Amino acid sequence: MSADIQPIGSRGAGTRWLFRMAWRESRRNRSRLFLFVSSIILGIAALVSIYSLGENLQREVDLQAAELIGADIAVNSNRDFSPGMRRLVDSLGDRRSEQRSFPSMAFFPASGQARLVQVRALEGEFPYYGSLQTEPASAGASFRTHQAALVEKTLMDRFGVKPGDTIRLGELGFRIEGALLSAPGQTGMTAAIAPTVYIPMRHLAQTGLDQKGSRISQSRFIKFDRPTDVPAIVKALEPRFEKELLDVDTVESQKEKTARSFGDLTRFLSLVGFIALLLGCIGVASAVHILIRERIATIAVLRCLGATARQAFLIHLIQVSAVGVLGSAIGAGLGTALQQAMPLLLKDFLPVQVHALASWTAIGQGMLTGLLVSVLFALAPLVSIRNISPLNTLRVDHGDLARRDKLRWLVYLLIAGFVLCFSALQLKSWSKAVFFTLGVGVAFLMLMATAVGLMRAVRRFFPHGWPYVWRQGLSNLYRPNNQTAVIILSVGLGTALICTVVFIRGILLERVSLSASGNQPNMVLFDIRSTQRDTLLSLARSHRLPATGTVPIITTRLESVNSIGAEELARDSTIDMQRWIFTREYRVTFRDTLTPTEQIVKGKWKGRWEGGDAPVYVSVERKLADRNHIRVGDTLRFNVQGMRIQTLVGSLRDVEWNRVQTNFLIVFPTGVLEKAPQFHVLVTRTPDERRSAAFQQAVVRDFPNISIIDLGLVLSVVDTLLEKIGTVIRFMAMFCLCTGIVVLIASVMISRYQRMRESVLLRTLGADRRQVLAINGLEYLFLGALASLTGVLISMAGSWALASFVFETAFRPDLLAALEAFAAVCALTVGIGLANSRFVVNRPPLEILREE
Amino acid sequence: MPPILSLDKVSKTYRSAGHTLTVLDDVSLTVEEGSTLAVIGPSGSGKTTLLGLCAGLDSASEGRIELNGVRLDTLDEDARARVRNLYVGFIFQNFQLLPTLTALENVMVPLELRGERQARERARELLDKVGLSERGHHYPSQLSGGEQQRVSLARAFANRPRILFADEPTGNLDADTSARIEELMFSLNREAGTTLVVVTHNPELAARTGRIIRIRGGRIVSDEPTGRDADRTNTAHA
Repeated sequence: MSADIQPIGSRGAGTRWLFRMAWRESRRNRSRLFLFVSSIILGIAALVSIYSLGENLQREVDLQAAELIGADIAVNSNRDFSPGMRRLVDSLGDRRSEQRSFPSMAFFPASGQARLVQVRALEGEFPYYGSLQTEPASAGASFRTHQAALVEKTLMDRFGVKPGDTIRLGELGFRIEGALLSAPGQTGMTAAIAPTVYIPMRHLAQTGLDQKGSRISQSRFIKFDRPTDVPAIVKALEPRFEKELLDVDTVESQKEKTARSFGDLTRFLSLVGFIALLLGCIGVASAVHILIRERIATIAVLRCLGATARQAFLIHLIQVSAVGVLGSAIGAGLGTALQQAMPLLLKDFLPVQVHALASWTAIGQGMLTGLLVSVLFALAPLVSIRNISPLNTLRVDHGDLARRDKLRWLVYLLIAGFVLCFSALQLKSWSKAVFFTLGVGVAFLMLMATAVGLMRAVRRFFPHGWPYVWRQGLSNLYRPNNQTAVIILSVGLGTALICTVVFIRGILLERVSLSASGNQPNMVLFDIRSTQRDTLLSLARSHRLPATGTVPIITTRLESVNSIGAEELARDSTIDMQRWIFTREYRVTFRDTLTPTEQIVKGKWKGRWEGGDAPVYVSVERKLADRNHIRVGDTLRFNVQGMRIQTLVGSLRDVEWNRVQTNFLIVFPTGVLEKAPQFHVLVTRTPDERRSAAFQQAVVRDFPNISIIDLGLVLSVVDTLLEKIGTVIRFMAMFCLCTGIVVLIASVMISRYQRMRESVLLRTLGADRRQVLAINGLEYLFLGALASLTGVLISMAGSWALASFVFETAFRPDLLAALEAFAAVCALTVGIGLANSRFVVNRPPLEILREE
Repeated sequence: MPPILSLDKVSKTYRSAGHTLTVLDDVSLTVEEGSTLAVIGPSGSGKTTLLGLCAGLDSASEGRIELNGVRLDTLDEDARARVRNLYVGFIFQNFQLLPTLTALENVMVPLELRGERQARERARELLDKVGLSERGHHYPSQLSGGEQQRVSLARAFANRPRILFADEPTGNLDADTSARIEELMFSLNREAGTTLVVVTHNPELAARTGRIIRIRGGRIVSDEPTGRDADRTNTAHA
């Protein structure tokens, strides 16, 4: 530019003018700008409430960590402590408690019902921090001095028993001293899966249930009365604890463990919130796109008067940023209010009581995220301002402003980069963040592709023979400034998320139900002693239940794989094996044939040991082998309750686990383990609930040590679990659906200005109120139908993929739920659309034209 | 007088669906400073395109355009925006006031863009000249068509332009209002000594200028002085 066209003696318009113009320009658009910003409010609210929850949870865990563990040190093992270890543990601290826990049947004589529970036999004053909260409150202490028990409140409620009634465990009856409300480290979830029954340790022997061998877990709780550096003591003893495969917790380690697991939970939830925010941002981008198209003439005048493209762009960027800050602030306020509900919602998962306090860090994080993301998404349409020619003052050209601008691709790249960085920050893993970003991108693209495809299809196969009102409503879907893509994207994604939660719940329940359909077994009896086997089989047959035999189970540990043992694995980090392979217990069996649920995939099945020096060939489950690089021909050394057995891997098997069936990771041939200490499992099928209950009562009466799992129990536990998890996911998905609805309302309100002139013109040309309403109603019906159908179809595709590839089961979608979702979204869209149209039809056309 | 505007062999073509459409074809023209000029011709003859090119609103496909000594055809859009802000005023058929700004603010915009400190005072003064000093705080939608065009005139003269381009300035107004606006436009023009280029269908309005250029099919078909600018000499050749 030559020097003589520089403004002489002036500085040109500065930043203040840009802000002033942004303010002036917003005057008649503030309510509409608020509509744009309303789309991000819920997303920000979700993020702020989750961030606040995370911070509050961290604070409470720090404050209540000692109550989570109940002592200064907890030493846990799933087998008896060695005498040396017992001496060591007993030398620690000033006070000690002991707990032995195991699953067993509990029988309530008052109601005649039985259920599998987790028995905890307790000796000592545990917990030293916090308390066993009971009803009545005194029961937590008084049960220790009587032949009495504390029973989980949910269990008492379900079976209708009261304090003072009797619970029978094994061969001994206990007076129910009170209802257990909570115990250190226990959540509502643990209570739902395995309800706890506390009894005094000194009565354990009388129950006859202490003969379960290593199936009993041992815990020692240690309390230091004087100030002691507990972590230092534990660190010094760590090698000895590790050698004996003991799990040791301190207040500090428990704090870390809890913070880590709830960090994962809050990170997962914040990602769902982030999806809601992204959805809202799509609404912002769409609204800004429409705003810019409407402002072409204004921007052209400004350009005509000498404003540069940069100035025109900055004026609108300032407006969008300001409403972004406003929306984020409202969202942060709402999120702070909503977080009061989060501890209630998550109460079954939280091990500590959480007080919801406002978190300034969370508010700051939420607002910054909201501002960044709304500006980034608005940038995509905003950059097109630079292409608005001043020539538009003379001749309006609404040509595609965006297609000409390569800068838009840079904006898309920035958005993808932001999503990637944000998710990496949440997930603490770049690879997971890449998957998340790709997943979100693919879902968005699929919805966009569906929307564009549908628009093209409607255009191409347009039903010219339809009545005028229908044609008009349908053609609104693809005409300029249509809202088809943004509504399908926002409402579709919200619907897809909600439907997926419903479908997955269905898949999981179906999977459990299917496992016992037809003539498949539906009841497993375990802990059967060898001496009880024949009598139990007779009892089963007397109840006319199929019972041909029992399956022997022997508890073993794996000591080495090709001479590599636990110690070597701990020393050498280059060995690619999982540590638990040596720490876990294996319940193995022996037999000479394969069951119908097994299939040899490598090697050769050898069902019988030939005796003498012949090698013992075992069969290993394929996934266990794959994860630990175990191959056919490898040497495995087992310790069968003190006796070492050297074996060779003879074959690898695929096992169908999703059956009520005895399945095993390791199967021995016959001729090796027959004399080893063992218990038995009986698998049978009861035709109905009545006969199942009768048989269970008979078993608990005659064989109190035998535990029973029936399919009804499994189904009810799965259902409870899914209900609790589902509530949380549904709550988060609601943010997405509600954001979708807000975007829908905002889109409809904004498109009102687009459609208004047309509706007024139609009325001026003689269309009556009913016809205008019908045209608008049909347009929104088509939109709602397309959006919800796309959402339902995507969730079906996703659920089918999950069913086929993850759960390996057939997918039978809950069509009624899908239909309900479809109808609800259609009704909602039409309702919002018609409510909006009433504005046009209830007032004289001229009045509206003058306003506009 | 030196020319304020000169066009040398200027053409404008558009490509659409594989076809080339020539809207202006090899137009040459000079306009002397302080003169008045009307461009007339049937719809689609290229009048508005010519106005857009002369005012630096668009770039020519071929040829050379010089405005107040600045080569427009070598400038990018932002540089042309500065040229417009410094030297050019506009009046449009549909007024083109910014709807969210008051009358006063509309007049202030060109001055604010230049960073003038006295923008408000100067805008008030101009509104007073067009007889709207009492309506400065009204929005365009609260003004009649004639009032809107008077605000537009005040805005056009706000930055003391060297040349004023008017596109059918009375096209949207009734006869009485048109007459008042024309009078105001020519008197402000005389007072400021601004060059005036009017694009119009209205032969009476054209006749009030010193020179009439007829355009048809993108070419200048006649260029005649009317005697109104008798003391100035303009030349044009196509």
